[in-house]
Amino acid sequence: MRWKTAEYKGWGRVLSARGDTARPERLATLKALWKETKAPAIGNLRSYGDAALNDGGKAIDMTRLDRLIAFDPDTGILEAEAGITIGEIARIFAPKGWIPTVLPGTGFATLGGCISNDVHGKNHKAGSFGQHVISFDLLGANGRVRKVTPDATPELFRATCGGIGQTGVILSAKIQLASIGSEVMDVRETRVENLTEFMALLDGSTAPYCVGWIDATAKGEHLGRGILEEGSVAYNAPPPKPKSAKSVPMNAPRFFLSSPIVRLFNQLYLRRIPVMGQRRIRAMQDFFFPLDKVLNWNRLYGKPGFHQFQCALPDGTAHEALVRMMDMIASSHLASPLTVLKRMGTGRAGMMSFPMGGYSFALDFPNGKAVAGLVGELEEITLQAGGRIYLAKDTLATPEMIAAMYDELPEFIAAVNAADPEHKFATDMVRRLNLRGTGK
Amino acid sequence: MKQTWLILGASSAMARGFARRVSETGADVFLAGRDMDDLNRAAADCHLRGAPLAEAMRFDARKPAGFGAIYEKLAAQDGALNVAVFVGSMPDQADIDKDPALVDATIMDSFTGPARFLQGFVPLMEERGCGTVVGIASVAGDRGRIGNYVYGAAKAGFATYLSGLRNRLTRVGGHVVTVKPGFVDTAMTWGLPGMFLVASPDDVARDIQKAVSKKKNTIYTPFFWRYIMLIITHIPEMIFKKMSI
Repeated sequence: MRWKTAEYKGWGRVLSARGDTARPERLATLKALWKETKAPAIGNLRSYGDAALNDGGKAIDMTRLDRLIAFDPDTGILEAEAGITIGEIARIFAPKGWIPTVLPGTGFATLGGCISNDVHGKNHKAGSFGQHVISFDLLGANGRVRKVTPDATPELFRATCGGIGQTGVILSAKIQLASIGSEVMDVRETRVENLTEFMALLDGSTAPYCVGWIDATAKGEHLGRGILEEGSVAYNAPPPKPKSAKSVPMNAPRFFLSSPIVRLFNQLYLRRIPVMGQRRIRAMQDFFFPLDKVLNWNRLYGKPGFHQFQCALPDGTAHEALVRMMDMIASSHLASPLTVLKRMGTGRAGMMSFPMGGYSFALDFPNGKAVAGLVGELEEITLQAGGRIYLAKDTLATPEMIAAMYDELPEFIAAVNAADPEHKFATDMVRRLNLRGTGK
Repeated sequence: MKQTWLILGASSAMARGFARRVSETGADVFLAGRDMDDLNRAAADCHLRGAPLAEAMRFDARKPAGFGAIYEKLAAQDGALNVAVFVGSMPDQADIDKDPALVDATIMDSFTGPARFLQGFVPLMEERGCGTVVGIASVAGDRGRIGNYVYGAAKAGFATYLSGLRNRLTRVGGHVVTVKPGFVDTAMTWGLPGMFLVASPDDVARDIQKAVSKKKNTIYTPFFWRYIMLIITHIPEMIFKKMSI
């Protein structure tokens, strides 16, 4: 197997690594190279920061090990290789009446990536992705393949779900799909005037899928205004044609996401929805993966890239914390149009899983000098509120911050250091945030 | 009419993409190659993507003794028989320079092996008066270059063979598509220096599928390689012989 030496970046394009990557197309190739070299697995590089980067080291690109292995139409249990994307699974199985129970915001995430980041979706009641994983085959540092299940090997299972690749290479996984009645979504969009109303609507929504878009430039009485999108599967509706994907051909210039343009865009975007709300029939993939229709949308932030901040906040403190955060963001003039507020369920499958019962708040900032300070303050508010930030998105957190937010970090460190005593699977993020307990 | 596709060299990335695409149209697929473990996985994948029947078979371009079993299996299928040939090997030219025996191996893998297989297979297609042969040649076959002229020569030979085969099959209602890919992002090119305008294997597979349905004769994929090669083949030999491209 030849190694390719190249630079590669996280999705936010702020952090990059230069190193050797192997991309086996067959299991036999991976097993042969594993005898010589053990390295962390990477997928489609949709983590925003350095979760999938190994600067100066090696990595194994799993995207070509992407085959379906077995499917049981009676139970909806699918087994597939870890490199397949979640969007491809949805594309193939939705016409047969099944989709992954939890779908992240991009269909380009791989199955292995969804497990190792324990992703969540717009249906908070279903819990996190890992909770619908029945088992996976894990190629460990000792060269053996183990079948890992939540019951028989709970430690290893919980250290792998959300464990950003520190236990080994996930080769394949068995997941429970959810049955759906059609490939069409009935989407209700409602204009929301402020944060208090937004949170009440999110709490009261009975729709299976629910997500809020926030105008992060609005202040005062409009603080937290936006659009609530509630989706459910539509029956007897003619399927609309999914929109075809367009690509962003080059890096956008800096002014593209400057404050006046974002303010203007957000106002127009908000007014797209009539005051009394509207209902639309949408193709399933357009509802679940809206940004996937714009390939390379990360180029809209220009060459310097962008940071994403995402936090989960518990019910009791969320409102107060969100008011402070939104105030700070609107005054900073740094916000971009991509700001999302969701209800979040308690479900989580791993020691380092992000979800907690409450709310999730996420937004992008174009990379620039002032961003680190602002994000630092947002993280501080998150910590004080008893919340946590999402490793899959992080570029700026500190080891102390993560240790304070993740109670189970000591258990995680013990479990992964037992599974990988020589730290073969350490990545840039693990070193930056001291997730293996070795110090910096 | 029911379609059956035999894919030779089915473990390659381009072949995988093509096999998946024909599986989604509901064709039966036979995936032939040497890594049976991998081919069995590929067959399960194709079946779940829509192929009513997907089966792995052993095929080694250097062992014609095994061809008969494949002919027999395919002859038992109803409807139209189609075959796509993705086999080939591209050792480093430097390795070939050190070990001239690699010339034989390269030519057998990329030209004479598949040609001999097709020679025995085509009568089955002629009997039925339909079906398509897809043969993967290469832009490397359009002109011999210092970097890979043995591989290039093998692919040029195969392209000429395909052109003759097209002449033969057309008479009975069959068809042959010659595919000349440029740089494709596969295990063969992974990490090689000097790659540019690299296409994804699935893009190539999509182009092949389109060429089959439109009965194209020779395609370059991505399309712009036709123009790149047009220029390269028109450089006068007295200049070309001093170049290293």
